[in-house]
Amino acid sequence: MSTLVIAEHDEQRVRASTRSAITAAAVSGDAIDVLVAGENISAVAEQIARLKGVRRVRVADDAAYARPLAENLAPLITGIAGEYQAIVSAATSFGKNLLPRVAALLDTDMVSEVTAIIDSTTFVRPIYAGHLNATVRNTAPLKIFTVRATAFEPAIEDEATAVIEPLAAGETSSLARWVSSEIQKSERPELSTARVVISGGRSLGSAEKFQQLLAPLANRLNAAIGATRAAVDAGIAPNEYQVGQTGTVVAPDLYIAVGVSGATQHIAGIKDSRVIVAINHDPDAQIFQWADYGLVADLFESVTELEKSLTH
Amino acid sequence: MKVVVSIKRVVDHNIRVRPKADGSDVDTANLKMSINPFDEHAVEEAVRLKEAGVVSEVVAVTIGHAQHQDVLRHALAMGADRAILIDGDADLSSRATAKVLLAIAQREQPDLFLLGKQAIDADAAETGQMLAALWNVGQGTFASRIVINGGKALVTREVDGGQETVELALPAVVTADLRLNEPRYLKLPNLMQAKKKPLETLSLAELGVDTSSHLQLVKVEEPPARAPGIKVASVQELVEKLRHDARISL
Ligand SMILES: Cc1cc2nc3c(=O)[nH]c(=O)nc-3n(C[C@H](O)[C@H](O)[C@H](O)COP(=O)(O)OP(=O)(O)OC[C@H]3O[C@@H](n4cnc5c(N)ncnc54)[C@H](O)[C@@H]3O)c2cc1C
Ligand SMILES: Nc1ncnc2c1ncn2[C@@H]1O[C@H](COP(=O)(O)O)[C@@H](O)[C@H]1O
Repeated sequence: MSTLVIAEHDEQRVRASTRSAITAAAVSGDAIDVLVAGENISAVAEQIARLKGVRRVRVADDAAYARPLAENLAPLITGIAGEYQAIVSAATSFGKNLLPRVAALLDTDMVSEVTAIIDSTTFVRPIYAGHLNATVRNTAPLKIFTVRATAFEPAIEDEATAVIEPLAAGETSSLARWVSSEIQKSERPELSTARVVISGGRSLGSAEKFQQLLAPLANRLNAAIGATRAAVDAGIAPNEYQVGQTGTVVAPDLYIAVGVSGATQHIAGIKDSRVIVAINHDPDAQIFQWADYGLVADLFESVTELEKSLTH
Repeated sequence: MKVVVSIKRVVDHNIRVRPKADGSDVDTANLKMSINPFDEHAVEEAVRLKEAGVVSEVVAVTIGHAQHQDVLRHALAMGADRAILIDGDADLSSRATAKVLLAIAQREQPDLFLLGKQAIDADAAETGQMLAALWNVGQGTFASRIVINGGKALVTREVDGGQETVELALPAVVTADLRLNEPRYLKLPNLMQAKKKPLETLSLAELGVDTSSHLQLVKVEEPPARAPGIKVASVQELVEKLRHDARISL
């Protein structure tokens, strides 16, 4: 038997989080097939075929999948689910939207946001905003789960190339129709997989100051920029910058929190970072309990000084 | 048009939870409980749709025991018209919860079923999508905007990297993100009025739903603590430490 990984892509490239899902799938040691659905996606399929551990890439290239609607993708997956003993995707907004629909159609419970795989039936996942870890046994014959990308290294390319096979489109539904997308294209690394992340809180004051202060440092360090929910709600940072329980979970080598109080829900998204730096003028700010290096100082002066001292 | 909103009673988001001494589960004894924040946004949206004249009835539902009525009263005080308590375990698996909610959908025949995008206890974010699948309707997950027009729901979703808008045929399932709206504050008269609104109790047996699950909780534990950090006195010292102690190439 084998495992099916559901790939996510932007028509050009497979997302790094899918490569992490492939690594997680490889833990069981079974053969791995990857399903890639979309329109004009041969380049994506070829990339996936080069990834380590992949046996076969199944390509559903059809206009019906030009947008990743769960209403259309779920029947495609349930149509081939019988060939697998596990179905896996990354716990991104794509995977979290899709896999529960697949699981319910197959009348199977699932396990979301897995951070460790103990054996083929036992999984660890964070609960209560990451304050606790739950170990869960899944006795379903078919294991359906999403994995947190930060907990598994992305699969790398190797010599072997997997076979690429077309998969006929499944039934499509009229329940949902894609209308529009506003996806911000950025030159910076993707937030969820960046090696360095710099986040600002609401104390940065305005969208202009937020960018003025953080962008030069982020450029210098090739970092992604993140934000607290308070900063997003205040219109200081765009939605997609939000880091935390209800935003993106990050685990970079270096996380720099600028004017962030360190609320539980924010910590939930950063606590697996290798090194955490906090700059806050309140010595009692909660963030210091999580920071490896804390600087009690005014953020406006310190960030500029930090950027300058790295440049010279 | 009718809306059903499902709400869960969870440990208040400001409270820090711990495992039970034997690690068998989360210790929730004597902790402050509240309506799941995402569900509060879902109720607010339903009530706003009613105030805008789009919706004529809002029904709040929870699966839980008698003491879980407080979150239903909260929803009634916010403006829901009536409430249903389904007497049963609040911590069913998401699939079992979705099956119970499906029974409610079949009984109430709403045009829109609103849920929170996730319950902040297990952080699963599964139930809405499962309900949509079982009910065979469209799903608008992680919603930050809902517009009802011409028998359809236009739902803007918060997705990685930005936003996406989908159009759903009604009935549909929509799960609320925090940015959907700003829930109203309750005033005493609202709470008094809520006491007079109808609250009906149904048993799981009456609904005839199989709530068995494939999942077993093995243990709950605190994650390994991070090593304690230090305070640095200056930006210079910070850079020094990052380069030499933390071995980060800057
Ligand atoms: C269900 C739920 C989910 C949530 N999900 C998230 C989430 O995913 N992510 C998230 O971030 N939040 C989330 N929140 C919100 C969270 O609880 C906090 O409100 C938020 O993280 C606080 O943001 P902040 O640190 O920017 O603001 P504040 O808490 O207001 O902190 C501002 C900090 O800046 C410091 N400061 C001010 N001026 C300066 C200066 N000149 N120099 C240096 N320091 C300064 C202050 O000392 C303070 O510590 C959630 C809340 C709920 C209820
Ligand atoms: N016991 C319950 N009673 C009513 N609604 C629930 C219950 N559990 C979950 N839900 C709904 O499902 C949503 C998502 O929950 P979950 O999938 O557990 O993260 C919640 O925000 C609620 O709207």
